[in-house]
Amino acid sequence: MTGTRLDEDFTSSVHVYEPHRSGLPRLRPYVRELWRRREFITELSRSTMRAAHTNTVFGQLWLVLNPLLLAAVYYVLVTILRGGADDDAAERFVHLCAGLFAFYFFAGAMQTGASSVVGGGKLLLNLSFPRLLLPLSAVRTAFFRFLPTLIVYIPIHLAFGQPLNWEMSLGVAFLAMLTVFGAGMAMIFATLQVYFRDTASFLPYLVRIWLYLSPVLWFAEDAPDRFADWMIINPLFSLLGGWTDLLVRGEIPSASLWIAAAAWSLAAFIVGSLLFMSREREFVVRL
Amino acid sequence: MAANGSGGPAVRVEHVSVTYRTTFERTPTFKSAVVRLGRGERAVKVVKAVQDVSFDVDHGTTIGIIGANGAGKSTLMRTIAGILPPNEGRIEVHGRVSTLLALGVGFNAMLSGRENVVLGGLAAGLSRREIQERSEAIADFAELGEFIDMPMRTYSSGMFSRLAFSVAVHMEPDILLIDEALSAGDARFKQKAAAKMRELVTQARTMFLVSHAMNSVKDLCKDVIWMHKGRLMMRGAPGDVIDAYTKFLRVGEDAFTLEDL
Repeated sequence: MTGTRLDEDFTSSVHVYEPHRSGLPRLRPYVRELWRRREFITELSRSTMRAAHTNTVFGQLWLVLNPLLLAAVYYVLVTILRGGADDDAAERFVHLCAGLFAFYFFAGAMQTGASSVVGGGKLLLNLSFPRLLLPLSAVRTAFFRFLPTLIVYIPIHLAFGQPLNWEMSLGVAFLAMLTVFGAGMAMIFATLQVYFRDTASFLPYLVRIWLYLSPVLWFAEDAPDRFADWMIINPLFSLLGGWTDLLVRGEIPSASLWIAAAAWSLAAFIVGSLLFMSREREFVVRL
Repeated sequence: MAANGSGGPAVRVEHVSVTYRTTFERTPTFKSAVVRLGRGERAVKVVKAVQDVSFDVDHGTTIGIIGANGAGKSTLMRTIAGILPPNEGRIEVHGRVSTLLALGVGFNAMLSGRENVVLGGLAAGLSRREIQERSEAIADFAELGEFIDMPMRTYSSGMFSRLAFSVAVHMEPDILLIDEALSAGDARFKQKAAAKMRELVTQARTMFLVSHAMNSVKDLCKDVIWMHKGRLMMRGAPGDVIDAYTKFLRVGEDAFTLEDL
């Protein structure tokens, strides 16, 4: 070991720290540092997932069991509320599964993202790194928890006699937009959680009501007429509506749904990342 | 003073002030914010942790920082590491910094020591290969044995601090910030740690050592800074500064002026 290092990246680095009041860091170096540490995102989410399942009997199986049980519970609930009218029971169940799995992916990203910064306390106090790594890692965790349910969806889709068609593959676009939207919400709630610790206790209720307001337990066209014009205000109406339209029915959603979904996801991501980055230098003081 | 000829100081601190705005409550909640708003109270209390501190540190210097609790030593360390932004002034750091601050490594107690080391290294910007190269040396030096692969919740506090020290010194930093590290572990590990630090000094690394142990400061440092209530009181040779500091502690703040020296 010698005193000099060959690695240019580190030895030539000069850091200058100056005050910047609630302003944004310079974006290009920030993004470059973020990209350089992308392996941290993977490693953190991997080891978190490993640690989470060491103490349960079924382990990773819960990633599939949990959404399946939820789907069954909600199906019973919906059937009872409809007074036993089962005109399109199969399609209803398949739609419920597709919507619910995607919804819980989004909710997972938002909730784990919200606690990511406060949960990473010691790391934040001891190391200087782009804090955006933490919520992004939470989104990756949520995505990899969602993947097994996506695989389980295929046999469900076939078993209930729904046709396969090429339009289903377009669902990937809506999944990508949902991920971007989830990342944006994760950043927003991670920032809020630093300032108001009850955010985490409040979130489950937001998630619950958001589920009922979104076309998961009901079909998008079931929305009462007087609310129909307002539906587009709910980002998940377009994001999940487009996703289930493609995946369950193989119908290409209308242009307005595409535009709304893209606009919502971009808006959430931009607002979330700017809010997070402008506040992240204060996080250490607030922990 | 041993400068390794790279030109310019390793760390330049110019008129730096750090002001904390802390909340009264232990954990900020929405309820307390509403209650406060109702009473018309301000939530924040301004703590001036570091006030107008300036100094340069050359490459290859080991500099000790002494002072009473709450003097702003740890805050200054965090500012140099880039963790805390300064409110005023400017800090220039030439080289890669590794920190050993009060809390040590291991932010997730469910993960093993090795996993925590990897995560910390990746967050610090090392590549996976670089971490793997160091991983064995870190485990060996910390003398953790098979505990390195056990969850960190099973560690004793001595094991925690041994691992933290080992990580910090094995990151091959240009600038090493150490906050109260020599209190780590038992007497034997303390000696080992001191030896390792002396080795780093001879490799012309720049080191900041925050300590209350005046003997190790005298032993390791060529230069000492004394801080009090966020201000830089004195800088100079270890013997002089430590004498002034101990005299200050004995006679108390009121009766003391620097002119007495």
